[in-house]
Amino acid sequence: MTRRTLTLKSKRFREERQEVWKEMEFMLQRIEARSVRGLTDEEIIKLPRLYRSTLSSLSVARATSLDQSVVSYLESLSTRAYYVIYGSQKRLRDRISGFFTRDWPLAIQSAWKDVAASTVIFALGMLVGFVLVSSNADWYYSFVAESLAGDRNPSASEETLRESIYGYQSGDGALGAFAASLFSHNSGVAILAFALGFAFALPTVILMLMNGLMLGAFVAIHTEKDLGFEIGGWLSIHGTTEIFAIILAGAGGILIGRAVAFPGDLSRMESMRSKAEQAAIILGGVVVMLFIAGLLEGFGRQLIQDDWVRYGIGGSMLIFWLLYFFLPREAFQP
Amino acid sequence: MSAAVGQLSPTQIKQGRRHLVTPEGVDLQIELADVGSRIGAFAIDLLIIAVTLIVAAFILGSMSLYNDEVASIIITLIAFVLRSFYFTLFELGRRAATPGKMLLKIRVAARGKARLSAASVFARNALREIGFFLPIGFLFGIGIGGVDGWMSLLASIWAGIFLFFPLFNKDRLRVGDLVAGTWVVRSPRPMLAADLVVTDKPENEAVFAKFAFTPAQIDAYGIKELHVLEDVLRAQDREVLTDVASRIRTKIGWVWEEGESDSAFLRAYYAALRGRLESKMLMGVRRADKFDRR
Repeated sequence: MTRRTLTLKSKRFREERQEVWKEMEFMLQRIEARSVRGLTDEEIIKLPRLYRSTLSSLSVARATSLDQSVVSYLESLSTRAYYVIYGSQKRLRDRISGFFTRDWPLAIQSAWKDVAASTVIFALGMLVGFVLVSSNADWYYSFVAESLAGDRNPSASEETLRESIYGYQSGDGALGAFAASLFSHNSGVAILAFALGFAFALPTVILMLMNGLMLGAFVAIHTEKDLGFEIGGWLSIHGTTEIFAIILAGAGGILIGRAVAFPGDLSRMESMRSKAEQAAIILGGVVVMLFIAGLLEGFGRQLIQDDWVRYGIGGSMLIFWLLYFFLPREAFQP
Repeated sequence: MSAAVGQLSPTQIKQGRRHLVTPEGVDLQIELADVGSRIGAFAIDLLIIAVTLIVAAFILGSMSLYNDEVASIIITLIAFVLRSFYFTLFELGRRAATPGKMLLKIRVAARGKARLSAASVFARNALREIGFFLPIGFLFGIGIGGVDGWMSLLASIWAGIFLFFPLFNKDRLRVGDLVAGTWVVRSPRPMLAADLVVTDKPENEAVFAKFAFTPAQIDAYGIKELHVLEDVLRAQDREVLTDVASRIRTKIGWVWEEGESDSAFLRAYYAALRGRLESKMLMGVRRADKFDRR
């Protein structure tokens, strides 16, 4: 009886194999800490062999051993090794650059219809807002929330408006506060435009229209006071990036909304899922654009007072984005 | 935990076990992270972000910038960077986990395949904005000035659906996971504990030799009980040891002798039972528990 206990097969199995497991574990620790590049050639050759041997140990252990600690240890070791061996071997910076050189622009390129639709809707809103407020300034209050406009309304003097365009406020900080609120307002709008796309894109369309109206109205009260050129510079230095970002987020929302509304041969859910990743990639990039816009707004506009330089920066950002997104590029070949 | 080979049972599926077959044909049977540890991991990450912001605010404060506004804009930007890129950058890393996830031993993985693409990570975290930061924003009434009340309400309801989504699907997916084709799995790193049947030392051998169980006595239990006994022996809680030992003695009719320690008795019985059940396994019989008469 006792002799049999002493020669437990699962115990002998473990004793024979555990050196391999330890070696695998040690190598995994090093790979997870740094990268496969940290291994010597010899170790890299050894890695798949260790992996297969660990996997086979797992199969054997499941079939023959009742030692829970061995089985769960091997399960976790094999899973970790699996993700290392078959997972992405690329470095973090290569993966990030892959997103920006390939995934993101391609996602936007192939959604060009939605980008166009979103742009047209926004521009339409802007035009209507501008025309209405120019003809009757009272419209301004129905388009622009008071909390956003502050003292910049149709009754404001030219002085006030001019000051808010060029002012480098230190005391009351009107511009700084306005910039900060615009910053969070617009990123909120961008995300909302995307999020509401699921409801057949209707809320997204409304939101884009509303924001267009607001911007048009805002420009209108400045042209009234002959500050059209100046407000253009003030808006475009960051606005070309920021408004583009909002338009892209809207495009993502419309993309999803279209997929839900017109699923074709798929079920609505499948159709939504087939477009959702593309749309989410667009949104992921939009966040980056909003950040750049925030930088331009927070620093660029504070430091640069010259209208032409403001236009120059805004224009070149726009050209940069357009080239970046729509220059033909090769799809990723795995 | 009973690592049955082959199909997972419905209860195991319910507990979050999933098949993951490697190209070599081995089913790894991964385990999904439970909602609790995901919330915990997220809370830790938020805490890290908050502490970073507070530290940054202190540093900026002590630098006495010429302009408070510039300082506040810098803080806003740092907050934006952290909120937008903290999760993405860490999940793109080799461990596919944020510090909070690492602490709670969970990670992000692609559903059904090994390669977690950068696009997936960006996508699942872009939707975190909608699934979390947006509803929180609505809750505290910040962020979205100038959007109509009804639009906010609509968005709040919508965001609420996002927030509670993981509770209502079997794979515990966030909307971001659903969209990006990912899920969050447990990635425990257990140490290889010592085998309880170590008999190399002569004194151990002598201890084991003292206990000669009859086949009938050994056959009293199955695999389930063996695993419980293993847990008890590894935990080494004296009271539990005594309790379990006396129960087993009663069940198998073992007479306690002077000087016999509970721990030694249990170890010996564990070794005998495991040997018995494992040799049955070699013949293709897995005796699930004590009610399984095989």
